[in-house]
Amino acid sequence: MSTDPMAEIKASFFVECDELLESLQDALTDMDEGNYDSETINVVFRAVHSIKGGAGAFGLDALVAFAHRYETVMDEVRSGRLEIDHDSLKLFFHTADFLADQVSAARDGLPEPDGSEACLQELEALMGDALPAPVEEDVSDFQPMGLSLDLGITDAEFGDFGLPSLDDGASENDAAWSLTFTPSDALYASGNDPAHLLRTLRELGDVTVRCDLTALPEFDALDTPQSYLSWHATLPGELDESDIREVFDFVEDVCTLELTRETQTTPEADDNLSLADLAPQVEAPPNSVAPTDIVPTEPPESEPNNTAPADNPAAAPAPVTPPLKGAPQANATAEPGATVRVDLERIDRLVNLVGELVINQAMLAQSVAEAGLPQNSKVMTGLEAFMMLTRDIQDSVMMIRAQPVKPLFQRMGRIVREASAAVAKEVRLRTEGEATEVDKTVIERLADPLTHMIRNAVDHGLETPDIREAAGKPREGVITLSAQHRSGRVVIEITDDGAGINRKKVLEKAISKGLVPPEANLSDGEIDNLLFLPGFSTADQISALSGRGVGMDVVRSSIQALGGRIAITSEPGKGTRFSISLPLTLAVLDGMVINVAGETLVVPLSAIIETATLTSDDIRSLGPQTNVIHVRGDFVPLYDLGAELGYRAPKSSYEGGIVLLTAQDDGERSALVVDAIMEQRQVVIKGLQQSYGHIPGVAAATILGDGQIALILDPADLVQNASGRTRGFDIALAG
Amino acid sequence: MSLKVLAVDDSRTIRDMLKLALNDAGFELYLAEDGLHGLEVLEGIEPDAIISDINMPRLDGFGFIEAVRGQDKHRATPILVLTTESAPELKARARAAGATGWIVKPFDPSKLVKALNMVAG
Repeated sequence: MSTDPMAEIKASFFVECDELLESLQDALTDMDEGNYDSETINVVFRAVHSIKGGAGAFGLDALVAFAHRYETVMDEVRSGRLEIDHDSLKLFFHTADFLADQVSAARDGLPEPDGSEACLQELEALMGDALPAPVEEDVSDFQPMGLSLDLGITDAEFGDFGLPSLDDGASENDAAWSLTFTPSDALYASGNDPAHLLRTLRELGDVTVRCDLTALPEFDALDTPQSYLSWHATLPGELDESDIREVFDFVEDVCTLELTRETQTTPEADDNLSLADLAPQVEAPPNSVAPTDIVPTEPPESEPNNTAPADNPAAAPAPVTPPLKGAPQANATAEPGATVRVDLERIDRLVNLVGELVINQAMLAQSVAEAGLPQNSKVMTGLEAFMMLTRDIQDSVMMIRAQPVKPLFQRMGRIVREASAAVAKEVRLRTEGEATEVDKTVIERLADPLTHMIRNAVDHGLETPDIREAAGKPREGVITLSAQHRSGRVVIEITDDGAGINRKKVLEKAISKGLVPPEANLSDGEIDNLLFLPGFSTADQISALSGRGVGMDVVRSSIQALGGRIAITSEPGKGTRFSISLPLTLAVLDGMVINVAGETLVVPLSAIIETATLTSDDIRSLGPQTNVIHVRGDFVPLYDLGAELGYRAPKSSYEGGIVLLTAQDDGERSALVVDAIMEQRQVVIKGLQQSYGHIPGVAAATILGDGQIALILDPADLVQNASGRTRGFDIALAG
Repeated sequence: MSLKVLAVDDSRTIRDMLKLALNDAGFELYLAEDGLHGLEVLEGIEPDAIISDINMPRLDGFGFIEAVRGQDKHRATPILVLTTESAPELKARARAAGATGWIVKPFDPSKLVKALNMVAG
């Protein structure tokens, strides 16, 4: 807190805004799914309301004004005066998007985003003429609040509302005001004290107050909770009636107030008192029936801080129940789910250190093994415990960086809304598995590729409403965005229920662009994958969304840069699915250490289904250069890792060879021939790309226990770029 | 003798600001996040004044004030409503529930302190 505490609070306000915007999105999505219960609507209202409240505290006027108008409409919804339908809900989403923009504009000190006003007007048009005025009126209410109290009146603003200006044309030089104030029992019941009000009154000007004790019974007859007293005050004639009434505004229902322009008063409030039945008036002596004069000594515009201690005791009845002191000292400022903000750099450092720890532990294990100690020796068992601890630490550290994909998905909701509006399609975004946690850096770097793919899905994937209707589908297209953990990886899928990939067109385009030889005979899956080729674009007409300059090839390379893979499946008339598979962490993986032609390599365990030793029966030749193996009734292409990586020429026979059976995300399997399987272990990923760029088939490198460097392979990428494939065009591409 | 104040508000930002304003002024501040939480916190303390928001989850300001007033030992504890709302009918409701005063957000820390000193002093 050495710096400006307000700046700290402001920073945390924006963090809170993000949370509120998230719950706003959630609630709107709930409503979109038909859940209109009052709590859901309340959540929407409160989120906007809280943003407004906080923004006001920092003088973020544009944000306040925007939130206020949004809130006003949501209040109508909350009170049931405004019906929710598909269109209004769309507007609520749209406004929420703008609210998010307003928040970021306020955070970065930028001007208001364009179109805010238009958006609000559209929103307010929903209310029709039901509520034309309050919007403006309320906004202006909001501002003077802080100012109107500069008069030296209490901030506890005992009112500034509902005060019809009765002093119509009354001259400022009129006779002095005469005020009779008779509290009822309820005034005391609401924790008020006439002394406070009278003190406030005194700050208005030169005020004379007399306490009327006539109604006070004999001491024996005193019923402490009853209200017996009333007060007469004379105030300077130049005061505004509304200013005087304002002091009592908040208690106007629980007292009798008579304000007249006379110099003489008649105490006559007794009938009111008879109704009263509680309010303690103990301090006043029972027999002092004579009114007591009080003449305030302080100047009217006195410094607020000075006035509080200066009491006028005679006018003040004893405080009703003096609050008891000495309650438990326990600090009750409990904030459940407390969080700490930590610099990401520090976490990265921790992750790296844990990585080193893993390597170190592996080296230690290796040297212990080499020392030839028995398996059940104390060192070995201790080492095992050490290994488990290392894993736990590692998991915990990764958990620090892991974040749910929800905020990312919510951003995509907005992309869908904007994109669908731009091309006049009706699109609904469904999300699944929002709670799936992914490394923060991965999430950040996923935003761009996902945005592009979502735009593609809206622009190219889904048909226009009319075409959909003609095809017997609902007019509204659905894009599903899902995330899930699958065997140590995170799989993110973008599915649309559009027309599917027009393979004929894609192939024609690829041929015309010279990407594929005209005579090429491609499978459906291969045609689909043409979309990922650099320089490929299917957009026939330039729409509002196309021409943004990024193709699917860029998407694929950004996914690959994350150690991920992207696959595409499509069914004509049913839709297209893009599947992105990402490593859970960018730091460590479970790998199988293998040997090929004397080189030590690591294959991610998650990619391996099984290992096998080949017999002559298993191997079938296919074409002049390639082999397949027969595994449980299926034929799987065989790749020689040594040949693919350029370590050696293909062998003449693979009989007796060891193969790793690997699976890609699209279910395609392949068999990789290796010379030996050495062990299974956790390895720390050391990126190569900063030094070497993307190497086909190689994901990263690691340092083994003996200090040796080994490459970590990416089997799917390797197979994709492999020379062992039967189909010719891949060779052409690779070249 | 520092005054003990319980402040109930669902906005972390507002709670932070209250903390800053009131701790600086030497108040002993207790915080709660909504009406129900406020009642829980109130079990262990006897504040000289209570500040409450209106729009809150679980139990809103009106419900909270009513519940506080219903407790005998708090029947005269000053309760200030701190809210962005300013509609007269809401004020009337707050008054009916037993609120002592009404402060509109955003608040000026020095004035809030003054108001607290006035109602609780």
